[in-house]
Parts: sequence; structure tokens; C-alpha cells
Amino acid sequence: MKLKLGDHSNALQYHSRVMREQFGIRTTGEQYVIALAGNPNVGKSTVFNALTGLHQHTGNWPGKTVDNAQGNYSYRNKSFLLVDLPGTYSLLAHSVEEEIARDFICFGQPDATIVVLDATSLERNLNLALQVMEISSKVIICVNLIDEARKKKLSINFDELEKELGVPIVPTAARNREGLADLQKAVYSMVVEKKKTWPKQIPYSEEVEQAISALLPKVEELSLARVVNPKWLALRLLDSDVSFIETISRYSAIQPLRTVASQRQGGEFTL
Amino acid sequence: MKLLSVPLSTLKPGEKSNVVHLDVLGLLRRRILDLGIVPGTVLTCIGKAPAGDPIAYLIRGTVIALRSEDACLIAVEQV
Ligand SMILES: Nc1nc2c(ncn2[C@@H]2O[C@H](COP(=O)(O)OP(=O)(O)OP(=O)(O)O)[C@@H](O)[C@H]2O)c(=O)[nH]1
Ligand SMILES: [Mg+2]
Repeated sequence: MKLKLGDHSNALQYHSRVMREQFGIRTTGEQYVIALAGNPNVGKSTVFNALTGLHQHTGNWPGKTVDNAQGNYSYRNKSFLLVDLPGTYSLLAHSVEEEIARDFICFGQPDATIVVLDATSLERNLNLALQVMEISSKVIICVNLIDEARKKKLSINFDELEKELGVPIVPTAARNREGLADLQKAVYSMVVEKKKTWPKQIPYSEEVEQAISALLPKVEELSLARVVNPKWLALRLLDSDVSFIETISRYSAIQPLRTVASQRQGGEFTL
Repeated sequence: MKLLSVPLSTLKPGEKSNVVHLDVLGLLRRRILDLGIVPGTVLTCIGKAPAGDPIAYLIRGTVIALRSEDACLIAVEQV
């Protein structure tokens, strides 16, 4: 669907407001926002430091005691703001860290998310990658620590992995800066050249898929369905994930179109 | 018929087992799944803390400590 002009500028204002108020991120006009996600200790900050050098800003996530690092780099005359997310095994929010990573990927709507994986422990690391791919199609997988994998005589078929997952895969050894140019190129292709992906989706059991279908029409009535993958929202509702449902209400409340509509009617609105 | 399963918490250090069933729902189930513990996963008991709790297991290449009350909810069979 094509957005009307007014909708579009509303959506942009909404987005920069969410970025600023909820995530403490200020972008300058023509800057692409790239999130860095991954399990703990896989080299996210090493990738972040190698790409951004001294152009960094560190602090806390608004209202949280978790570190937040943002930094920027340029590539082919475009500016990219990289956001280093806390290390997590999952996005299904058992901890503040997971909540931050989930909310940023879900509601922060980065132009792309790089998921950093440990090449020596792919099986464990792919859980998070698949979870991110459920929320967003704008995912690049960075398989880091390939020097360690080589030492352990592990061989990884990256072409096959890319085919299987349907998103770009970039092998790196960030500590030696190996593969970082390829990573920048993959980010550029995705966000500037709008290269398409076909992220692999994990099918659920028939029972769950039926419940999702039953819920989808309701979910699609929410203004958020435009922002967040409706199937993923339906799954969280089925999970009875109360903390996430509260989060949805929070982001829904700062949605501009609904806010305007409810003010016009002079009434409160609920989810 | 399936082999008789036992709670994971009964494994002794050095013993290896195969997950058959998770007897838990909700957030804790999710947490356990996110640690890479699903039916079919092979776990090795690495050691127990002096009081027998928590217990360390090798799971998909990473050592993870579980409280014994949580390990009780994971049904395994010896391999
Ligand atoms: N051999 C090798 N070591 C690396 C590589 N990338 C990072 N490391 C090392 O791995 C360790 C963890 O790196 P970090 O960048 O702090 O990892 P992180 O993902 O930011 O960790 P958390 O923020 O704690 O989740 C550090 O000792 C790095 O020097 C790599 O490509 N090869
Ligand atoms: Mg870090």
C-alpha cells in the first residue's frame, strides 16, 4: 500500500520521536540506523569499534542501567548510525537486556539489523538469528570468529547457509578486521540499494498456525500492525506475554495517527 | 515403548543423556528452550556445586548451570 503524503511525514515524525524518547537516539536527516544484535561475547562490540572508531557516544538506555553505545561511519558517501545492542540468547524477554534488544528491533525499526554469530557455536547462535528474522526481513548475518573456527578445523559452507536462511551472510574475524569491508558492503546493498531478502520462517504446528490465523484480523486492526510484523504480534499474544502486551500499549499510545484521531473525538483510546 | 525417562537432576557428573520431554510451561519453558534444551538435545552433567545445587551441564558446546529444581522438570533418558 502506498502511504499518503501526510501519513508519510507523520510516520517519519513518529519514528524519530520513538528513537529519541524511547531509545535516546538522535539521527541526522540522511542517516541509516543499523542495529547490532547477537549472543553475549560473540564480538558485537569488536565489530562496532572496528567500524566506528572514535566516532562513538556511550551512555545508558533511557531509564535503564544497561550500557548503550552508538557510533557512526561513512561508506560510499552515506552515513550509518550503528547501535550496539546488549548481548542476548533470545528476544523473548526474560531480562532487561532482552527487552531492550527486542524493543529496539521491533519498535525502533532500524534500517537493518546485523546479527553477529559465533562461528564456533552456530547451532546455539542461530536461535537468536531466527527470532530476529521472524520480526524483520532486514537482517544481515555476520558470522564472526572465523579465525577461531579455522583453528578448530571447522569448515562452514557460507553459500549453503545463505541459501538456507535467505539473508546475506558475511564471514568475519572482527579482531583482525577481516571481512568488515564485505559487511559494510552488505549493509549498503540492503539499506541503500534495497536488496531484497527471503528470511527463512519457521513453521509452527497446525494448531498454532490456526490460532494465528484466527487472531490476525484483530491484530491487523491495531495501528501497530503497520510497524510490527502482525504474525509475530499474534504469536506474542498467544504466548500471553503480559510484559510484551504492556509494551505494545506503550508504543501504541505514541502512534501519531491514532493519537490525532482520539483527540479529535475527545476520548481516551485503549488497545 | 520409550525407554524409561528420569529427571535431568538425577544425572551424576560425567553422565550423558538425551532430552525427551520438558515438564514445564510458560516463561520458564521458554527460558529452557532458549538455552538450547529441546527434545533430542544431548546434555552432559559436568559437576555439582557442593550443596548439590546448581548443577553444571554441557549443552551444545557451552557449559550452563541449572538450579536443580529446574533440572527436575527436564525428562531425559541415558545414552
Ligand atoms: N579470535 C577472535 N576474537 C575476537 C573476534 N572478535 C572479537 N573477539 C574477542 O572476543 C571477545 C568478546 O568480544 P566483544 O566484542 O566484547 O563481544 P560482545 O559480543 O560485544 O560481548 P557482550 O557485549 O558482552 O555481549 C573479546 O576478547 C574480543 O577481543 C574475532 O573475530 N576473533
Ligand atoms: Mg559488547
